[in-house]
Amino acid sequence: MQSYIYLTLANLFYPFKFFIFVTQNQRIDILMELFKAQHIVKQFANHLALDQITVSVPEGSIYGLLGPNGAGKTTLIRIINQITAPDSGELFFKGNKLKSDDIYDIGYLPEERGLYRKMKVGEQSVYLARLKGLSRQDALKKLKVWFEKFEIEAWWDKKVEELSKGMQQKVQFIITVLHEPKLLIFDEPFTGFDPINVKILKKEILKLKDQGATIIFSTHDMGSVEELCSHITLINKARTLLEGGIDEIRKRYASNEYEIGFEGEANLLTATLSSQYKILEHKKVNGQSIVRIKLQDSFSTNDILKSLLQSGKIVSFNEIVPGMNDIFIRVVQEEETIKRT
Amino acid sequence: MNKVSIIIRREYTTRVKKKSFIIMTLLAPLFMAAMFIIPVWIMTRQDTDEKTIAVIEDGTEMFKGKIPGTKYLKFEYLENVDLQEIKGNFGELGYYGILHISPKVTYLPSAIQLLSNKQPPLDITEHISNAIEKEIERLKLLTYDIEDLDEILKEIDTDVKIQTIKISDTGEEKETSTGIAMGLAYISGILIYMLTFIFGAQVMRGVIEEKTSRIVEIIISSIKPFQLMMGKIIGIALVGLTQFFFWILITFIIISIAKSVLIPDISAVTEQPLTENILSSSPIAQTQVSEIQEMTEIQELFSTLGNIPWLTIIFAFIFYFLCGYLLYASLFASVGAAVDNETDTQQFMMPITIPLLLGLFVAMGAFQNPESSIVFWFSLIPLTSPIVMMARIPFGVPLWELGLSMILLILTFIGTTWMAAKIYRTGILLYGKKPSYKEIWKWIRYKN
Repeated sequence: MQSYIYLTLANLFYPFKFFIFVTQNQRIDILMELFKAQHIVKQFANHLALDQITVSVPEGSIYGLLGPNGAGKTTLIRIINQITAPDSGELFFKGNKLKSDDIYDIGYLPEERGLYRKMKVGEQSVYLARLKGLSRQDALKKLKVWFEKFEIEAWWDKKVEELSKGMQQKVQFIITVLHEPKLLIFDEPFTGFDPINVKILKKEILKLKDQGATIIFSTHDMGSVEELCSHITLINKARTLLEGGIDEIRKRYASNEYEIGFEGEANLLTATLSSQYKILEHKKVNGQSIVRIKLQDSFSTNDILKSLLQSGKIVSFNEIVPGMNDIFIRVVQEEETIKRT
Repeated sequence: MNKVSIIIRREYTTRVKKKSFIIMTLLAPLFMAAMFIIPVWIMTRQDTDEKTIAVIEDGTEMFKGKIPGTKYLKFEYLENVDLQEIKGNFGELGYYGILHISPKVTYLPSAIQLLSNKQPPLDITEHISNAIEKEIERLKLLTYDIEDLDEILKEIDTDVKIQTIKISDTGEEKETSTGIAMGLAYISGILIYMLTFIFGAQVMRGVIEEKTSRIVEIIISSIKPFQLMMGKIIGIALVGLTQFFFWILITFIIISIAKSVLIPDISAVTEQPLTENILSSSPIAQTQVSEIQEMTEIQELFSTLGNIPWLTIIFAFIFYFLCGYLLYASLFASVGAAVDNETDTQQFMMPITIPLLLGLFVAMGAFQNPESSIVFWFSLIPLTSPIVMMARIPFGVPLWELGLSMILLILTFIGTTWMAAKIYRTGILLYGKKPSYKEIWKWIRYKN
């Protein structure tokens, strides 16, 4: 979220933009990796699920795990949770090799999730919390806080089958985060929620992050990736296609395109620009000209601004940074074509 | 270990708190008690319909008045009537039956017919044939001109019952009753079969429930699949033992209450000194004899009940129930893990049902002939031994056979659990596809 704001601000003050990126990247490099997976290979009977996957999740980050259906995300998540073991490769948690006791420090909300239908909500929450190592008293105390926060105290003695799917998801979310794990893994956490609850949930996730939790977040919703994640890895067909900080990746895929908002003589503008720049699009909105241009390598943004200053009033000047959605589609499709040829 | 106990506790408490569990725990002993009580109750209540049987002899009066009537069974001796005529008017005359005795009966035993529009019960036909046999014997003896024949006959009238006594190799005696041993063998064999099936199926359903509700992935991110499986199996075993305990307790209570309410005279009779009557040389009236017989029977029953190796049987029962259940429960669990819903289980139930059924069939044979070689082998083979061995134990089994069978069972149970755990671990995370046996074989061979 913060970096996103930086990015838009930076567009207005391009000279500083570089500086901001550099400092941010440095800061992240200094941070310890909370979790690291190296050269993970997992072979199932008929297909290779993970092929030399390497992932490093910085402490305090929200790490997006992206990829088309069947890419191997769930297998990777299951390996992190020690539900399945990799054929080869190494896993590190807090700098040491991942060991079985580490599951107490991991909270997992699976994509395929459910609860015992015939069991009461409260009873079931205590049960699952105790499996994560909490004592009965601690579990009750913490559940009370969370149930109050989500205003669901009245559900305590209801059977799960009496709840709607969204309600069940709330209970599942609470169960996942209750034992205050260092690492949280959410697999498609927002499916089944209405927009209001998605907003509440996002707020809670960010709050957890501020409290020091590191979050691995798998989703197909690129909007929430841009909104929440600071780092991502993109997996397709068992292999890593992209990995790194989200701003850095978006910048890498930036195509040097800019959008200029302009008041004044539009023809003059196009005349000035077309001699030096490639105009991609030109439209008029509310008496304002919006022009999209692609910058040639030999020019800087200052050159454009210089030539524009003479032709009218500049209202806005923005770099067009590709959304994660575009990057996702582009990268996956490129990979497919490379494979085919 | 602590986590397994959390699982066990949940599996146990959720099941024990269920209404169906409470109902089954209370109702099953009622049925069991009814199985014991109703026959006794029927026996104590006689048929209160008065029946009259017309007796026709072809011209003679050999048996007139010789068949004693009882309270509800009367005999009417008709003279000079035509059998065909009576037969023709059977409906109007209102007789229960027509007893037709031909004079040939003295040398042709089948020359008696009882004609009726109903199937006469065994006690009526036996009553008649006993009376006629006695009369024929008396008539035959009469030809030898013996003085005081009637007196003598009354005195020599005895009824013999064989007491079976089992001796050990050193000659120690023990009274046994084949009937009681058979009953026990029958009950324990069937109980093991039923309990294994009922609680094994509960394990399977529990696994399917966790799989279809998709809670399993949340749970196995906290504990190992093997721990979850074992927790479930042990939890349900404890449910089984609890239920079993209450069944025995409640059945016992019901039977003892019913015994004192329905047949209070039995205990009174047994308390009477029996020896006095038996030893007295004076002629004993017919009724007294039968009373004494009844008394000795009851006494015998009590003494043989005391001689049955209850401790061995109860210990063996708990052992074979637990090990047999553990063996099959892990298989049931792996079937549950391999499928998505209960209807799909059919395909994989075969390998479980067949040995169980085979065990039951062989056990049925064991009641007839507990020493046959097929029974011997099936009581050693682990998949059938829990049922077959339980059916053998009341008849007495050499210690080495018992020990060998137990060791084999424990080893197999460890083996099947290991195998089932592998199927379970892979199966619970796979959805949508119904696996083939070939695939399951692959799962077993997976390293992790």
